[in-house]
Amino acid sequence: MSFPLLTATAAVPAAGAVLTAAVPAAKREAAKWLALLFALATLGLAAVQLARFDPDGKTFQLTESHAWIADFGVRYELGVDGIGVVLVALTALLVPFVLLAGWHDAEPLETAAADRRWRPTQGFFALILMVEAMVVISFEATDVFLFYVFFEAMLIPMYFLIGGFGDRTGEPADAGEAAARRSRAAVKFLLYNLAGGLVMLAAVVGLYAVTADQLGAGTFSLQEIVQARSSGDLKFATVTERALFLGFFFAFAVKAPLWPLHTWLPGAMGEATAPVAVLITAVVDKVGTFAMLRFCLQLFPGASKWATPVIIALALVSILYGALLAVAQRDIKRLIAYASISHFGFIILGVFAMTTQGQGGATLYMVNHGISTAALMLVAGFLISRRGSRLIADYGGVQKVAPVLAGTFLIGGLATLSLPGLAPFVSEFLVLVGTFTRYPVAGAIATVGIVLAALYVLVLYQRTMTGPVKESVRGMPDLRARELVVVTPLIALLLFLGVYPKPVTRILDPAVEHTMSQVHKTDPRPDVRVSTAEGAK
Amino acid sequence: MENLIGLLVLAPLLGAGILLCGGRALDRVGHWLGTLLAAVSFALGAVLFADMLGRDAEDRALDVTVFQWVPVGGFRADVGFHLDQLSMTFVLLITGVGTLIHLYSVGYMEHDERRRRFFGYLNLFLAAMLLLVVADNYLLLYVGWEGVGLASYLLIGFWQHKPSAATAAKKAFLVNRVGDVGLSIAIMLMFTTFGTFAFDPVLGDADRAGEGKLTAIGLMLLLAACGKSAQVPLQSWLGDAMEGPTPVSALIHAATMVTAGVYLITRSGAIFEGAPDAQLAVVTVGAVTLLFGAIVGCAKDDIKKALAGSTMSQIGYMVLAAGLGPIGYVFAIMHLVTHGFFKAGLFLGAGSVMHGMNDEVDMRRYGGLWRYMPVTFVTFGLGYLAIIGFPGLSGFFSKDKIIEAAFAKGGTEGWILGGTALLGAAITAYYMTRVMIMTFFGEKRWAPAPSPDRPSAEPAAEKHGDGTHGAGELPHPHESPKSMTIPMILLAVGSVFAGGLFTLNDTFLKWLEPVTGHEEGDSPVSALTVTGATMAVLVVGVALAWAQYGRKPVPVTPPRGSLLTRAARRDLLQDDFNHIVLVRGGEQLTRGLEAIDRTVVDGAVNGTAVTVGGLSGRMRRLQNGYARSYAVSMFGGAAVLIAATLLMRAV
Repeated sequence: MSFPLLTATAAVPAAGAVLTAAVPAAKREAAKWLALLFALATLGLAAVQLARFDPDGKTFQLTESHAWIADFGVRYELGVDGIGVVLVALTALLVPFVLLAGWHDAEPLETAAADRRWRPTQGFFALILMVEAMVVISFEATDVFLFYVFFEAMLIPMYFLIGGFGDRTGEPADAGEAAARRSRAAVKFLLYNLAGGLVMLAAVVGLYAVTADQLGAGTFSLQEIVQARSSGDLKFATVTERALFLGFFFAFAVKAPLWPLHTWLPGAMGEATAPVAVLITAVVDKVGTFAMLRFCLQLFPGASKWATPVIIALALVSILYGALLAVAQRDIKRLIAYASISHFGFIILGVFAMTTQGQGGATLYMVNHGISTAALMLVAGFLISRRGSRLIADYGGVQKVAPVLAGTFLIGGLATLSLPGLAPFVSEFLVLVGTFTRYPVAGAIATVGIVLAALYVLVLYQRTMTGPVKESVRGMPDLRARELVVVTPLIALLLFLGVYPKPVTRILDPAVEHTMSQVHKTDPRPDVRVSTAEGAK
Repeated sequence: MENLIGLLVLAPLLGAGILLCGGRALDRVGHWLGTLLAAVSFALGAVLFADMLGRDAEDRALDVTVFQWVPVGGFRADVGFHLDQLSMTFVLLITGVGTLIHLYSVGYMEHDERRRRFFGYLNLFLAAMLLLVVADNYLLLYVGWEGVGLASYLLIGFWQHKPSAATAAKKAFLVNRVGDVGLSIAIMLMFTTFGTFAFDPVLGDADRAGEGKLTAIGLMLLLAACGKSAQVPLQSWLGDAMEGPTPVSALIHAATMVTAGVYLITRSGAIFEGAPDAQLAVVTVGAVTLLFGAIVGCAKDDIKKALAGSTMSQIGYMVLAAGLGPIGYVFAIMHLVTHGFFKAGLFLGAGSVMHGMNDEVDMRRYGGLWRYMPVTFVTFGLGYLAIIGFPGLSGFFSKDKIIEAAFAKGGTEGWILGGTALLGAAITAYYMTRVMIMTFFGEKRWAPAPSPDRPSAEPAAEKHGDGTHGAGELPHPHESPKSMTIPMILLAVGSVFAGGLFTLNDTFLKWLEPVTGHEEGDSPVSALTVTGATMAVLVVGVALAWAQYGRKPVPVTPPRGSLLTRAARRDLLQDDFNHIVLVRGGEQLTRGLEAIDRTVVDGAVNGTAVTVGGLSGRMRRLQNGYARSYAVSMFGGAAVLIAATLLMRAV
């Protein structure tokens, strides 16, 4: 048996979480370094996955399969396709930056420092690693039940991360109220996602019932079900398929989040510290859109096509609604949260446009959005930590006192508004083109989103960074070395993938084509066949 | 030779990278490094030009594919370059004028502590603009297109601590983005129609697509052109863009970037020729804008804003010519080049005047300056003569050709367009004479230096250390340093001779014809009549301005003016319209949505949560802050789940 690489990629951060949590109270710094070490080891394993993955090989590679709950067909089955392996890499890439950015976010209060039982730093770092482990295994699981377990389980560490750690406001008087707000946001996050998960659970069970009924032995194996479908052994009644599809889709749409199931996100991202907000939007939420592609489309192609018009409409609403609400925000982090809702609209639009460009763009979008939001949100977090306020109105003229911070914030913002030359442009344009070829009106409406994106980004930049220097930001220090270590690689990646996205699209494309073939969709043909041999250019 | 095209773009891009990422160590040499790299780019352009001249007219285009940029399924975008006579013309204009303006900025921005960054942005602009004109497909063109928008945003807002500059920058970017939507949709339409958006196949097979598709593509391209080239209805940003440092106004908002729309339309000629309705829209936009800009230019007292109105109007001429099809392409580009010379020269002259006048921009506080800054006076004067179309100078040839071409369109349309172009020429003569007289002639109306918080002051003034510019003192106008006057002189030379040189033996026509094609059209009036009429309206315009501003003293406080004057001072109320409809309306909309999001969408969720068996109440009780009890409840939950699953299986 070969080395279980996929298991290891999830087990390493999980082990790191346990060890970090066990570090004694006094050795806070050691705990941080230990966590970082494990995150880097995970990144190394993800890199090995990428290196060993053959884009032209079988759909699922590096597979592992073991019996788990044999009684009802649950297997411990892992495997990655191009999309999975890239998203595992994205997760492993972002977590070290998240840890570094949150280096001082969870110091114990001085009053409590003497209390040896109270170890918030260890907890914070351990929880982040735990989330990483669960997200990684969600991207790798090819057994529906296995996926479901971790899809739900990651809510627990996320809940503690949101509810337990907030921004330092510097005003002890507000601390109680802030804690209450944070707690409300965390509960809402948990309840909302649990509700989604419960609906999905019903569908998971339903799926098992159908397979048990028709195949003799029930199974949760994605590959087995897909195979049985194509061979005709497994046929869903139309109503059953639609009901099951909706059950899965509801959970993923909450997680993604899709309008109108989005209201948990601004609260959660606003109240959590910036690194945790990045964890939510750049990593955890991606499981939702990823699962739409992997499970909704592949398990229920017929129902997916049936639901497409409504989902496209909801995605369009998300794009415009998220962007318009971002314009109206007074809180920097909530603004970025609404911007993310708009971006998730683009991703879902691309997935359900069911064209190569749309789905290729959507998968690339997941990667690019992860990096660009991380850059913007983490710099925003650095800004907030300096002044202790999330309100846009408390800033002004920062570029004069902290030009590097302002510059990196602008680059993050420009990536968010999909400026050509930066990575998100490529994916956003692919989604738009992919949508436009099948649904011209939807594509044209979505294009309005690029104007609104410019509006919310530039308004945010203008109000915080330009103008006369406000008294409250006078003397604000520029980015420190640790912060530059976080931001510089992210910006470099945004530039690199903007100019040369091929290394990523090369891996994603065959997986996208596989998904397309599962739903029996082909790209619309152009009206005019161009005559030159160079036509495909 | 092909590989030089990439270097042409890379040289200034490298400069931008070094200057923006490099630290303060580069402060001392940064500006010279930026200027040097601009000059390198110009030298590469000249080498390519010489090489191009060495080949036959039909065999001059160079093509090179550098690498595959976005290959996804049938969608293929390359980083590839196409350099033909049309792109070459732009390359020389951009790098030539660009280098001169880099040189000018060395002196102009001398006292600005962020000069290094300024040159970084200028280099970034050059790179993006060059990419725009040498790209071999529309998506790569789009990268340059938005790249120049970014550079323009950064440079308009260069003095970010001025709220007006930051607002103007944001406005420019946003209005341009509206245009970009047009370009995006045009590219998508091309992809659905042709399966590609590379110039060669799209333009080569344009005639095989339906007229409806071509019209749609053409109208979307026009929308893009309107945004970038400040044409009605997307013109409102250009006046505000004058908040940027004057060299920026000269390079980006007069000579190069704002002409990108003309490039786009000319380049896409094959599409427009299959779409007469789109062409009609183009000429209409051009004609309306040429009057709109000219009228606004008449009413402005801010010298830069008057010139901005003029730019809008002159680009209107170019767009009009480009909309005429093969009758006009060559002349659109010819006017674009001569305009690049004289308008850049005029702006640099305006900057020189401001430099000597404590950064005052109000022409009502100028007067009699010819005596104090002779070089500026002469070069500005030559630019003035060129733009109004004084016989023998550049503008005379290029504008006259456009007016002829407008008449040559034929029919009622020809008469209307020709008449509009003539009327525009009269107004041009009027407002430019007004600028000239108010600035250089008449008595001195100088006012004490503006205090730093006066919004119109260019903040470079604050940094002047020689003590002569303190607030409350009268200005001491003086000639600008050599680094500023040399570029002005060179541009004046271009303003005088370029037009004649281009027209001699139809040099320019023969140069561009292989790319754009050319038709004579049939004009109802002879060329001589047109020239005569142009001369006549020129005299009328100059005489009117002289009667109004030359014969009697110019009041320092502007008179109330007619309804039209007052509207023109406010950019013909476009901003007021935008403010009421878009800004206020938008604010209402976003606020309304915010309320809905809080009460209805989220309210429904919260309501559901509360009603579902008082779940929230129970959760509150569970929330006692002990991790242990959370863990227990989670385990409990998991157990319930497993039990439920087992039960389901039994069923």
